[in-house]
Amino acid sequence: MVALAPRIPAPSVVARHLFLRRSRWRWEEIAFWLIAAASFFLFPGHHVLITQALISGLFVVSLDLLLGYSGIASMGHAAFFGIGAYTAGILAQQGWGDPLLGLIGGAIVAGAFGALCSLLVARLHGAALLTVTLGIGLLCYELANKWSSLTGGDDGLQGMIVQPVLGLFAFDIDGNVGFIYAFVVIFIFYLLARRLVNSPFGLALTGIRENIRRVPALGISVRFQLMMAFTISAAVAGVAGALLAETTQYVALEVLSFDRSISVLIMLVLGGIGNLVGGMVGAMVFIVARDQLAAVNPVYWNFWLGLILCVVVMSGAGGIVGFLRRLGDRIGNGR
Amino acid sequence: MNINSASPETVLETRGLHKSFGALRVTQDVSFRLPQGARYALIGPNGAGKSTLINLLTGVLAPSSGTVLLNGSDVTRLRPEERVRRGLARTFQINTLFPELSPLEAATLAICQRRGLCINPFRALSGCDDAIDEAQALLADFDFGDDAGRPTHELPYGRQRLLEIVLALAAKPKVLLLDEPAAGVPQQESAEIFTAIEALPSDVAVLFIEHDMDVVFRFAQRITVLVAGRILCEGTPDEIANHPEVREVYLGDGENV
Repeated sequence: MVALAPRIPAPSVVARHLFLRRSRWRWEEIAFWLIAAASFFLFPGHHVLITQALISGLFVVSLDLLLGYSGIASMGHAAFFGIGAYTAGILAQQGWGDPLLGLIGGAIVAGAFGALCSLLVARLHGAALLTVTLGIGLLCYELANKWSSLTGGDDGLQGMIVQPVLGLFAFDIDGNVGFIYAFVVIFIFYLLARRLVNSPFGLALTGIRENIRRVPALGISVRFQLMMAFTISAAVAGVAGALLAETTQYVALEVLSFDRSISVLIMLVLGGIGNLVGGMVGAMVFIVARDQLAAVNPVYWNFWLGLILCVVVMSGAGGIVGFLRRLGDRIGNGR
Repeated sequence: MNINSASPETVLETRGLHKSFGALRVTQDVSFRLPQGARYALIGPNGAGKSTLINLLTGVLAPSSGTVLLNGSDVTRLRPEERVRRGLARTFQINTLFPELSPLEAATLAICQRRGLCINPFRALSGCDDAIDEAQALLADFDFGDDAGRPTHELPYGRQRLLEIVLALAAKPKVLLLDEPAAGVPQQESAEIFTAIEALPSDVAVLFIEHDMDVVFRFAQRITVLVAGRILCEGTPDEIANHPEVREVYLGDGENV
């Protein structure tokens, strides 16, 4: 509206507009969410797969808040995903099967553990940070493996009874309710993550990523901001884990695995770091491609994955979403 | 040495500051005062301990002994960001900026922090209009124009030096440490920096940490000379320029060490 005014806008209006433009919805984001919603009708036989891709997407978004926006890596992020999954799973096993309760429980327990870890993590950088987060991941995996009376160990957590969503919609074998439930929850958390990265808090995280030495000179405590970011990221990862447990009604030890910590990093690089929707896209492409390619020849999945990663990285910065943006810009300029 | 309580107008003071790295004593018994609104300079040859002293003042390093007082209260144990919040801002000798952020974003970040907005993850930035307007006005004071919205790494070097000063001022400091503000700026762009220094708010105490004698003799009311971690002497620019020892060890008369 302001941009269309005939007179030259005041500088402060321009300045405010720059911030509005920074936070507005981009076409890749709108396209992703429309396609994701439409896939409920387009691929009725694949609801379970797409639900898992969306859940992985939320997990990737939680990592993007750290790696993409704050510039700190986590090599063991499955710890928080897994803790969220086990929390929701054990609650449902013990008779507390309300799905929303499971989500809240998963967020709180994973977030609390994240807050504890952040006391250490927020002081570290570089190789020390990678090593410690890797260690946290391995530690949680072995702990869950050994503590089989609680977790079921290698056999996984059995006997979950998840109640209907809001007491109305029971989970069905085709995954219809699971799809809609996960979609709504993940979309809400996506909106919250969007709000976070477009807040002064998020700007401070970007500042830490851009120049960690300057940030204290503005009066900002790097440690406080990183502790908050790590805790929030862990809580969101916990929600993703809880969603997986509730929609599959089972928790495998794999939720805590090193493989999952690495996959989430790969999905983020694949989709594009530092723009939130890249994580969702990367997870969708990764999960669907793995499913399709594994059906052709299960042995060769890692071969195809390696090839896809090389092509994505060679084709320029920003992963799939970065590529789509450049493509969109070119089409836009061509008109 | 006067150890009595600081006179009311002293905003930054050090008392008997010492710093050693093992056996190496890099700061020895540094005591000085910076009054409100002052324009003082700290000079010294390479290796005199200027950088260490800045790090002691800003809280990057903790002194081995001695105290740092800001507005009369002891801040020796406070972290750098806590000192900034109490009114001690600095610039960096080597540009320490946010390459991908625009000056507008960086200044808005500093102002949001001062207003306590950075701790809430769910406050929309587009709703912080007052902070954005203040950042815009501050950048307009320094004639940033359209550069305010461009990524910092695209700006000319002189503009980046100016942004160093803008970000420090965004914290509304009472004390401003300018670490070689014109370092590396080509001649034709240095006028911009000097104009900005001249226009600094008169109630802000400024300490130049300098190599460039142009800046020192142009702006400083008093000069402190640091040699080998100690204060060699302190006085007006005229006194310093004619001080025999200063001429010998620093200004290059006679034999250099």
